[in-house]
Amino acid sequence: MTDVNPPTAAIHVSKLHKYFDKLEVLKGIDFQVDAGQVVCVIGPSGSGKSTLLRCVNRLEEPTSGQILVEGIDITDPETDLEQVRTRIGMVFQQFNLFPHMTVLQNLCIAQRTVKRRSKAEAIEIARATLAKVGLAEKEAAYPAHLSGGQQQRVAIARALSMDPDMMLFDEPTSALDPELVGDVLEIMKQLAAEGMTMMVVTHEMGFAREVGDKLVFMDGGVIVEEGDPREVLANPRHERTRAFLSKVL
Amino acid sequence: MKRSTKRRARQGGLYVVLAAVVVFLALSLDWTKIHDNFWAPGLGGNWHDFIFTGLKNTVVFTAIAFAGGLVLALVLALMKLSPVAPYRWIATIYIEIFRGLPALVTILLMAFAVPIAFGWHVPGGAIGAGLVGLILVAGAYMAETLRAGLQAVPKGQAEAARSLGMGPARTLIHIVIPQAIRIVIPPLTNEFVLLVKDTSLLSFAGAAIGQRELTNVARDFMTSGDTAGTGTSLTQVAILYLIISLPLTRLVAWLEKRQQRAR
Repeated sequence: MTDVNPPTAAIHVSKLHKYFDKLEVLKGIDFQVDAGQVVCVIGPSGSGKSTLLRCVNRLEEPTSGQILVEGIDITDPETDLEQVRTRIGMVFQQFNLFPHMTVLQNLCIAQRTVKRRSKAEAIEIARATLAKVGLAEKEAAYPAHLSGGQQQRVAIARALSMDPDMMLFDEPTSALDPELVGDVLEIMKQLAAEGMTMMVVTHEMGFAREVGDKLVFMDGGVIVEEGDPREVLANPRHERTRAFLSKVL
Repeated sequence: MKRSTKRRARQGGLYVVLAAVVVFLALSLDWTKIHDNFWAPGLGGNWHDFIFTGLKNTVVFTAIAFAGGLVLALVLALMKLSPVAPYRWIATIYIEIFRGLPALVTILLMAFAVPIAFGWHVPGGAIGAGLVGLILVAGAYMAETLRAGLQAVPKGQAEAARSLGMGPARTLIHIVIPQAIRIVIPPLTNEFVLLVKDTSLLSFAGAAIGQRELTNVARDFMTSGDTAGTGTSLTQVAILYLIISLPLTRLVAWLEKRQQRAR
């Protein structure tokens, strides 16, 4: 291991600690996602996996440690956080579409105000990404009139319309009815196939096995085990990993 | 006796009592005296001119107090939600003081003491300064309404905007405030009705003839003209207030019902 921090690392986390008041939820995380890699993070609730993901675009403030996104230290107060965030798309468990805007407006607002794209250009890109997630005909609808699966696909399109270099997924299918999960996973598979760098907190072991380049198992604020998804899922080395997998598989 | 028969008998008794009270009052009251004090003839030919000016001023004062109060309230609400502690303290102290004082005391202090003490020249003189007092009070009440509205917008909304690279100000303007407005429209309409009525307090602020609102005009006609010493002018003004406020309170009820259904 001579090259622990190659310039290609999309996300590089070292010695990350995070406290909520006195509760330590991340206890020294070292973690890396290479460009083009799909990394799935699994673990029981309260393991710190969502907090780790949210630290990567600093929706959570790390208590100590360093996070590099494409080599830029986002824990440095001098860093232009808004600029870095435009390169990181994020998809939430609860979709978080803007309910007072149509689907098209949801996709255009950040393009217009942050990327300063012209209205025509923003709409053109929005329509292209909507077509990509199979919802071109829904551009005039309000989020309340869409199913959960459609809302999540719009949320993915909203993130993609900013041309991010990488995507963070925070349990993207956990709030969906079972019959709607497949459509969302299909979009994510397609993205992975196109070479998108992805960090996915998920309970979908099938997705992790099929699409993931690396699987990370977290428990109690530490990374217990990581490796090739097929390998980790078939032959977990740690007792805690085995115990968790026996419950979810 | 069967239970339902008993209940009907008891209800019948209540109707009898009610009818007896109404008949007693109708016979015992001095209707001429009541008529002469609430609805005496002879308000004079210029009454309609004055009442029209008064109505116009009531509407204008309400609009100014509401608009000014709303801007002030938004600043106070954002201060109350600020991560910087002293801003929160200042906003809290302000809101507690102006909600704790009677509105009339604030208006009188503004109208008669503050401009002289600080050497301020407020447009409109005493009534203008009194109106500033009403704005200060309205701002304190509406600040709490707006704060609650801003906090009612789910945290994930701001997080989604921030994750798209939008800054704090843009997030507030494009994402949080538009959603908060929907939440606060019914309570703000309520505040508006309260303000319509509270403009009557400005009748104590010493207004020139053309600056008087409804209550002030009514008070003039209680001390001069053929209806002096009676409540006739007040009765007419009271009816005007009800014509303004009743539809608005019905509107609030309708808005609240619609919002509950939307959830």
